Amino acid sequence: MSETLVERHSGAVAGPIASPKELLPYAIFAGVLLALLVYFVGAEEGAASLIGGSSVHEFVHDARHLLGFPCH
Amino acid sequence: MVRSLLIRGMLVGLLAGVLAFAFAYVFGEPQVQHAIDFEDLLVARTGAPPEHELVSRGVQRTLGLATGTIALGVALGGMFSLVYAYAYGRIGVAGARLTAAILALVAFTTITLVPFTKYPANPPTVGSPDTIDKRTLLYFGMIAITVLAFVAATRIRREYLERLGAWNAGIAAGAVFVVVVAVAQLILPAVNETPAGFPADVLYRFRLASLGINATLWLTIGLAFGAAAERLLAPADRRGPAPSAELAS
Repeated sequence: MSETLVERHSGAVAGPIASPKELLPYAIFAGVLLALLVYFVGAEEGAASLIGGSSVHEFVHDARHLLGFPCH
Repeated sequence: MVRSLLIRGMLVGLLAGVLAFAFAYVFGEPQVQHAIDFEDLLVARTGAPPEHELVSRGVQRTLGLATGTIALGVALGGMFSLVYAYAYGRIGVAGARLTAAILALVAFTTITLVPFTKYPANPPTVGSPDTIDKRTLLYFGMIAITVLAFVAATRIRREYLERLGAWNAGIAAGAVFVVVVAVAQLILPAVNETPAGFPADVLYRFRLASLGINATLWLTIGLAFGAAAERLLAPADRRGPAPSAELAS
Protein backbone atom coordinates (compact mmCIF):
# COMPACT_ATOMS: atom_id res chain seq x y z
CA MET A 1 0.00 0.00 0.00
CA SER A 2 2.24 2.74 1.26
CA GLU A 3 5.07 1.52 -0.94
CA THR A 4 3.26 2.91 -3.97
CA LEU A 5 3.68 6.41 -2.52
CA VAL A 6 7.43 6.06 -2.46
CA GLU A 7 9.61 6.45 -5.50
CA ARG A 8 10.07 3.16 -7.25
CA HIS A 9 13.81 2.90 -6.96
CA SER A 10 14.14 3.83 -3.35
CA GLY A 11 14.67 0.24 -2.33
CA ALA A 12 17.90 1.30 -0.70
CA VAL A 13 17.03 4.51 1.11
CA ALA A 14 20.26 5.99 2.37
CA GLY A 15 20.49 7.17 5.94
CA PRO A 16 20.94 10.82 6.92
CA ILE A 17 23.52 12.65 4.80
CA ALA A 18 24.45 15.44 7.18
CA SER A 19 24.88 15.68 10.93
CA PRO A 20 23.45 18.66 12.85
CA LYS A 21 27.01 19.63 13.79
CA GLU A 22 28.07 19.82 10.16
CA LEU A 23 24.99 21.88 9.27
CA LEU A 24 25.21 24.40 12.11
CA PRO A 25 27.50 27.01 10.49
CA TYR A 26 25.51 26.89 7.23
CA ALA A 27 22.26 27.21 9.14
CA ILE A 28 23.47 30.22 11.15
CA PHE A 29 24.74 31.99 8.04
CA ALA A 30 21.58 31.27 6.05
CA GLY A 31 19.41 32.29 8.97
CA VAL A 32 21.12 35.66 9.26
CA LEU A 33 20.90 36.17 5.50
CA LEU A 34 17.23 35.25 5.45
CA ALA A 35 16.48 37.60 8.34
CA LEU A 36 18.25 40.44 6.55
CA LEU A 37 16.42 39.81 3.28
CA VAL A 38 13.07 39.46 4.95
CA TYR A 39 13.84 42.71 6.72
CA PHE A 40 14.54 44.58 3.49
CA VAL A 41 11.68 43.06 1.53
CA GLY A 42 9.27 42.83 4.42
CA ALA A 43 9.84 45.68 6.80
CA GLU A 44 12.47 48.35 5.94
CA GLU A 45 10.61 51.51 6.80
CA GLY A 46 9.60 53.97 9.47
CA ALA A 47 11.17 53.73 12.91
CA ALA A 48 13.20 50.62 12.04
CA SER A 49 14.61 52.02 8.78
CA LEU A 50 18.32 51.36 8.16
CA ILE A 51 18.64 53.36 4.96
CA GLY A 52 17.44 56.96 5.07
CA GLY A 53 14.12 57.86 3.50
CA SER A 54 11.73 55.23 2.26
CA SER A 55 13.05 54.45 -1.24
CA VAL A 56 13.79 50.79 -0.43
CA HIS A 57 10.39 50.51 1.20
CA GLU A 58 8.65 51.99 -1.83
CA PHE A 59 10.71 50.00 -4.37
CA VAL A 60 9.58 46.57 -3.14
CA HIS A 61 6.19 47.93 -2.03
CA ASP A 62 4.07 45.63 -4.23
CA ALA A 63 6.10 42.52 -3.43
CA ARG A 64 5.65 43.11 0.29
CA HIS A 65 1.88 43.45 0.02
CA LEU A 66 1.45 40.52 -2.35
CA LEU A 67 3.72 38.13 -0.46
CA GLY A 68 1.61 38.76 2.63
CA PHE A 69 3.87 40.92 4.80
CA PRO A 70 2.17 43.59 6.89
CA CYS A 71 2.40 47.11 5.48
CA HIS A 72 0.87 50.50 6.00
CA MET B 1 27.23 17.42 -0.12
CA VAL B 2 25.73 20.29 1.85
CA ARG B 3 27.54 22.73 -0.43
CA SER B 4 26.06 21.12 -3.56
CA LEU B 5 22.57 21.09 -2.05
CA LEU B 6 22.85 24.75 -1.04
CA ILE B 7 23.83 25.80 -4.58
CA ARG B 8 20.90 23.87 -6.04
CA GLY B 9 18.57 25.30 -3.42
CA MET B 10 19.45 28.87 -4.34
CA LEU B 11 19.10 28.20 -8.08
CA VAL B 12 15.74 26.53 -7.55
CA GLY B 13 14.76 29.51 -5.38
CA LEU B 14 15.68 31.84 -8.23
CA LEU B 15 13.38 29.92 -10.56
CA ALA B 16 10.63 29.94 -7.91
CA GLY B 17 11.02 33.71 -7.51
CA VAL B 18 10.66 34.27 -11.25
CA LEU B 19 7.51 32.12 -11.44
CA ALA B 20 6.09 33.79 -8.33
CA PHE B 21 6.70 37.15 -10.00
CA ALA B 22 4.80 36.01 -13.12
CA PHE B 23 1.87 34.83 -11.01
CA ALA B 24 1.93 38.03 -8.95
CA TYR B 25 2.08 40.25 -12.03
CA VAL B 26 -0.89 38.55 -13.70
CA PHE B 27 -3.18 37.86 -10.74
CA GLY B 28 -1.99 40.20 -7.99
CA GLU B 29 -1.14 43.51 -9.62
CA PRO B 30 -4.66 44.31 -10.93
CA GLN B 31 -5.95 44.05 -7.33
CA VAL B 32 -3.11 46.24 -6.01
CA GLN B 33 -4.09 48.87 -8.59
CA HIS B 34 -7.77 48.69 -7.60
CA ALA B 35 -6.75 49.24 -3.97
CA ILE B 36 -4.56 52.23 -4.87
CA ASP B 37 -7.35 53.72 -6.97
CA PHE B 38 -9.63 53.44 -3.94
CA GLU B 39 -7.01 55.16 -1.78
CA ASP B 40 -6.68 57.98 -4.33
CA LEU B 41 -10.44 58.37 -4.25
CA LEU B 42 -10.40 58.74 -0.46
CA VAL B 43 -7.58 61.30 -0.64
CA ALA B 44 -9.37 63.27 -3.37
CA ARG B 45 -12.52 63.44 -1.22
CA THR B 46 -10.65 65.10 1.63
CA GLY B 47 -9.43 67.74 -0.79
CA ALA B 48 -5.77 67.07 0.02
CA PRO B 49 -3.19 67.16 -2.80
CA PRO B 50 -2.27 63.70 -4.20
CA GLU B 51 0.64 61.88 -2.51
CA HIS B 52 4.07 62.45 -4.01
CA GLU B 53 5.47 59.24 -5.55
CA LEU B 54 9.03 58.32 -4.55
CA VAL B 55 9.05 55.33 -6.87
CA SER B 56 6.72 55.25 -9.86
CA ARG B 57 3.94 52.67 -10.04
CA GLY B 58 5.49 51.34 -13.24
CA VAL B 59 8.73 50.47 -11.44
CA GLN B 60 6.93 49.15 -8.38
CA ARG B 61 4.84 46.64 -10.28
CA THR B 62 7.68 45.35 -12.48
CA LEU B 63 11.27 45.76 -11.28
CA GLY B 64 10.35 46.26 -7.63
CA LEU B 65 7.99 43.30 -7.54
CA ALA B 66 10.50 41.03 -9.31
CA THR B 67 13.31 42.11 -6.95
CA GLY B 68 11.19 41.25 -3.93
CA THR B 69 9.96 37.85 -5.12
CA ILE B 70 13.35 36.75 -6.49
CA ALA B 71 15.29 37.87 -3.41
CA LEU B 72 12.88 36.04 -1.15
CA GLY B 73 12.86 33.02 -3.48
CA VAL B 74 16.67 32.67 -3.38
CA ALA B 75 16.76 33.08 0.41
CA LEU B 76 13.95 30.59 1.00
CA GLY B 77 15.41 28.15 -1.54
CA GLY B 78 18.79 28.23 0.21
CA MET B 79 17.19 27.80 3.62
CA PHE B 80 15.05 24.97 2.24
CA SER B 81 18.12 23.10 1.00
CA LEU B 82 19.69 23.21 4.49
CA VAL B 83 16.55 21.90 6.16
CA TYR B 84 16.48 19.27 3.42
CA ALA B 85 20.08 18.27 4.13
CA TYR B 86 19.01 17.57 7.70
CA ALA B 87 15.68 15.90 6.86
CA TYR B 88 16.89 13.60 4.08
CA GLY B 89 17.12 10.04 5.38
CA ARG B 90 15.21 11.01 8.52
CA ILE B 91 11.64 10.95 7.15
CA GLY B 92 10.74 7.25 7.12
CA VAL B 93 11.52 5.66 3.77
CA ALA B 94 10.95 8.84 1.75
CA GLY B 95 13.35 9.17 -1.19
CA ALA B 96 14.91 12.33 -2.62
CA ARG B 97 11.84 13.70 -4.41
CA LEU B 98 9.26 12.71 -1.80
CA THR B 99 11.34 14.34 0.96
CA ALA B 100 11.40 17.62 -0.98
CA ALA B 101 7.66 17.48 -1.69
CA ILE B 102 6.82 16.80 1.97
CA LEU B 103 9.09 19.61 3.21
CA ALA B 104 7.62 22.11 0.74
CA LEU B 105 4.08 21.18 1.73
CA VAL B 106 4.96 21.58 5.40
CA ALA B 107 6.64 24.94 4.70
CA PHE B 108 3.64 26.27 2.78
CA THR B 109 1.25 25.10 5.50
CA THR B 110 3.18 26.40 8.50
CA ILE B 111 4.68 29.60 7.05
CA THR B 112 1.86 30.76 4.78
CA LEU B 113 -1.46 28.94 5.10
CA VAL B 114 -1.99 28.62 8.86
CA PRO B 115 -0.68 32.12 9.82
CA PHE B 116 -2.84 33.46 6.96
CA THR B 117 -5.99 32.32 8.77
CA LYS B 118 -5.20 34.82 11.54
CA TYR B 119 -3.28 37.60 9.78
CA PRO B 120 -4.07 37.45 6.05
CA ALA B 121 -2.31 39.50 3.38
CA ASN B 122 -3.69 43.00 2.93
CA PRO B 123 -3.66 45.27 -0.12
CA PRO B 124 -2.49 48.90 0.07
CA THR B 125 -4.95 51.16 1.95
CA VAL B 126 -5.91 48.32 4.32
CA GLY B 127 -3.89 48.75 7.49
CA SER B 128 -3.03 51.84 9.52
CA PRO B 129 0.56 53.15 9.40
CA ASP B 130 0.36 53.72 13.17
CA THR B 131 0.06 50.01 13.94
CA ILE B 132 2.71 48.70 11.51
CA ASP B 133 5.19 47.79 14.28
CA LYS B 134 2.59 45.87 16.24
CA ARG B 135 1.26 44.10 13.14
CA THR B 136 4.75 43.11 11.97
CA LEU B 137 5.49 41.58 15.38
CA LEU B 138 2.17 39.71 15.46
CA TYR B 139 2.67 38.40 11.91
CA PHE B 140 6.15 36.96 12.52
CA GLY B 141 5.05 35.77 15.97
CA MET B 142 2.21 33.79 14.44
CA ILE B 143 4.61 32.18 11.93
CA ALA B 144 7.05 31.28 14.71
CA ILE B 145 4.31 29.74 16.87
CA THR B 146 3.00 27.68 13.94
CA VAL B 147 6.44 26.35 12.96
CA LEU B 148 7.31 25.52 16.58
CA ALA B 149 3.93 23.82 17.07
CA PHE B 150 4.67 21.66 14.04
CA VAL B 151 8.14 20.72 15.28
CA ALA B 152 6.65 19.82 18.68
CA ALA B 153 3.96 17.72 16.95
CA THR B 154 6.52 15.70 14.98
CA ARG B 155 8.44 15.01 18.19
CA ILE B 156 5.29 13.85 19.95
CA ARG B 157 4.49 11.58 17.03
CA ARG B 158 7.95 10.01 17.22
CA GLU B 159 7.71 9.68 20.99
CA TYR B 160 4.43 7.75 20.92
CA LEU B 161 5.02 5.82 17.71
CA GLU B 162 5.73 2.49 19.38
CA ARG B 163 3.19 2.79 22.17
CA LEU B 164 0.22 4.02 20.11
CA GLY B 165 1.05 2.83 16.61
CA ALA B 166 1.58 5.02 13.55
CA TRP B 167 -2.07 6.00 13.06
CA ASN B 168 -2.89 7.03 16.62
CA ALA B 169 0.48 8.70 17.16
CA GLY B 170 -0.26 10.74 14.02
CA ILE B 171 -3.67 11.73 15.39
CA ALA B 172 -2.14 12.73 18.73
CA ALA B 173 0.49 14.87 16.98
CA GLY B 174 -2.14 16.48 14.74
CA ALA B 175 -4.34 17.25 17.75
CA VAL B 176 -1.46 18.92 19.58
CA PHE B 177 -0.70 21.06 16.52
CA VAL B 178 -4.33 22.14 16.08
CA VAL B 179 -4.84 22.92 19.79
CA VAL B 180 -1.62 24.97 20.10
CA VAL B 181 -2.42 26.99 16.97
CA ALA B 182 -6.07 27.48 17.96
CA VAL B 183 -5.19 28.70 21.46
CA ALA B 184 -2.56 31.08 20.05
CA GLN B 185 -5.04 32.47 17.53
CA LEU B 186 -7.64 33.00 20.26
CA ILE B 187 -5.18 34.83 22.52
CA LEU B 188 -3.42 37.03 19.94
CA PRO B 189 -5.25 40.29 19.19
CA ALA B 190 -7.33 40.63 16.05
CA VAL B 191 -6.39 43.16 13.37
CA ASN B 192 -9.46 44.82 11.84
CA GLU B 193 -8.24 47.77 9.81
CA THR B 194 -10.14 47.56 6.54
CA PRO B 195 -11.45 51.10 5.85
CA ALA B 196 -15.21 51.54 5.46
CA GLY B 197 -16.33 51.19 1.85
CA PHE B 198 -13.29 49.20 0.67
CA PRO B 199 -14.52 46.84 -2.08
CA ALA B 200 -14.88 43.35 -0.57
CA ASP B 201 -14.32 41.65 -3.92
CA VAL B 202 -10.93 43.35 -4.33
CA LEU B 203 -9.93 42.26 -0.82
CA TYR B 204 -10.96 38.66 -1.53
CA ARG B 205 -9.18 38.47 -4.86
CA PHE B 206 -6.07 40.12 -3.47
CA ARG B 207 -5.85 37.58 -0.66
CA LEU B 208 -6.47 34.69 -3.04
CA ALA B 209 -3.70 36.01 -5.30
CA SER B 210 -1.35 36.26 -2.32
CA LEU B 211 -2.01 32.62 -1.42
CA GLY B 212 -1.42 31.68 -5.06
CA ILE B 213 1.92 33.50 -5.15
CA ASN B 214 3.15 31.70 -2.05
CA ALA B 215 1.83 28.38 -3.36
CA THR B 216 3.73 28.97 -6.62
CA LEU B 217 6.89 29.68 -4.64
CA TRP B 218 6.72 26.52 -2.52
CA LEU B 219 5.40 24.26 -5.25
CA THR B 220 8.31 25.21 -7.49
CA ILE B 221 10.84 24.77 -4.71
CA GLY B 222 9.37 21.42 -3.66
CA LEU B 223 9.22 19.88 -7.13
CA ALA B 224 12.30 21.42 -8.75
CA PHE B 225 14.54 20.87 -5.73
CA GLY B 226 13.35 17.26 -5.48
CA ALA B 227 14.39 16.66 -9.09
CA ALA B 228 17.75 18.39 -8.59
CA ALA B 229 18.45 16.58 -5.32
CA GLU B 230 17.64 13.19 -6.81
CA ARG B 231 20.21 13.66 -9.58
CA LEU B 232 22.71 14.49 -6.88
CA LEU B 233 21.85 11.89 -4.26
CA ALA B 234 20.85 8.93 -6.40
CA PRO B 235 22.47 9.27 -9.81
CA ALA B 236 22.19 5.51 -10.38
CA ASP B 237 18.41 5.83 -10.55
CA ARG B 238 18.68 7.74 -13.78
CA ARG B 239 19.92 4.69 -15.64
CA GLY B 240 16.39 3.36 -15.74
CA PRO B 241 14.02 1.35 -13.62
CA ALA B 242 15.38 -1.52 -11.61
CA PRO B 243 14.43 -5.04 -12.86
CA SER B 244 12.03 -5.60 -9.96
CA ALA B 245 10.22 -2.33 -10.67
CA GLU B 246 9.80 -3.36 -14.30
CA LEU B 247 8.22 -6.61 -13.25
CA ALA B 248 5.88 -4.84 -10.86
CA SER B 249 4.63 -2.48 -13.55
